Amino acid sequence: MLFTILNIISSWAIPFLLLVIPLYGYLKKVPVYETFVEGAEEGFITAVKIIPFLVGMMVAISVFRASGAMEYLSQALIPLTNLLDAPSEVLPLAIMRPMSGSGVLGMATELMRTYGPDSFIGRLASVMQGTTDTTFFVLTVYFGSVGIKKYGYAIITGLTADITGFIASIYICNLLFR
Amino acid sequence: MLNIIWLILLASGIVVAALNGNIEVVTEAALGAAKGAVEVCFDLVGVMALWLGIMKIAEKGGLVTALARVLRPLMVRLFPSVPPQHPAMGAIILNLSANMLGLGNAATPFGMKAMQELQTLNQNSDEASTAMCTFLALNTSCITLIPATIIGVRLSFGSANPTEIVGPCIFATSIAMTIAVSLDYWFRTHSRWRRPS
Repeated sequence: MLFTILNIISSWAIPFLLLVIPLYGYLKKVPVYETFVEGAEEGFITAVKIIPFLVGMMVAISVFRASGAMEYLSQALIPLTNLLDAPSEVLPLAIMRPMSGSGVLGMATELMRTYGPDSFIGRLASVMQGTTDTTFFVLTVYFGSVGIKKYGYAIITGLTADITGFIASIYICNLLFR
Repeated sequence: MLNIIWLILLASGIVVAALNGNIEVVTEAALGAAKGAVEVCFDLVGVMALWLGIMKIAEKGGLVTALARVLRPLMVRLFPSVPPQHPAMGAIILNLSANMLGLGNAATPFGMKAMQELQTLNQNSDEASTAMCTFLALNTSCITLIPATIIGVRLSFGSANPTEIVGPCIFATSIAMTIAVSLDYWFRTHSRWRRPS
């Protein structure tokens, strides 16, 4: 039931916005097509502007991951998962989460294939995936779009949010699904 | 901060690959990722153009400011350095709403628009302003009401109850968001970290 409602909302959201906004603009006497093109041009320029930032970040993350350095890091952190009473299988997912959206989705999918979506690991992986964000990607793209190179404390805040999200995911899953 | 993280990712990857005797993966990964990054941006071009075009209409029609007016009491507390009437407020609200609904492809363009508006208020154009840091703290920790992708994956593996994770997700993100906003507030008001390099 809930799933059906959520599904309906998510499939209607975009058509709804595409209808309501231009209609509203037209009623407010905005030259809708010309205005659209004007805004679209800005969108194009922005997308091109982030290329150098994204190349820099994705190359570093990809080398880190492909070399096997990420696996060493997750092995080194195993005592930490024991402390939090979580299965160590989800660690690579937690480490990868801030860096790569597609990478982490692959990992979550793999965990669910291996252990089943309704196993503890499968549920925990789902909650972790749904809780946190690809902080590095977001920071790179958003700051890159305006040419900002010094991110200040935004990295610390973003990563702290991710770590908090993981710990909270482990806590709630232990409480509900164990 | 970012300089160090970037260097560590790159250098530790190269050292580990060298010690493992498979240095050639570095070249492959680096070149592949460089190409991939451009592909990601190209995928974004059309979507960005579409949403920023639509948003421009919403902006000119006054819809964005109307939205910002409704949430003003909250927004002025979160963003004291942004004038309440500023277009950045509307863009931030649109971005966070799209995030909550799980509309990732609409959220990114709105977010970039918000950053551009915030940049017009920024005194030091290559450093993040406090308002930008607050916005990103909210953005990266934002609640998703419909984690559609992961629900889809669960469904495809035959989960008996694919949406049972929605409640726990909202619980965990609420905590993460509270911590992120509090930490950001602390940085913004109390610390010498306000403008680190």
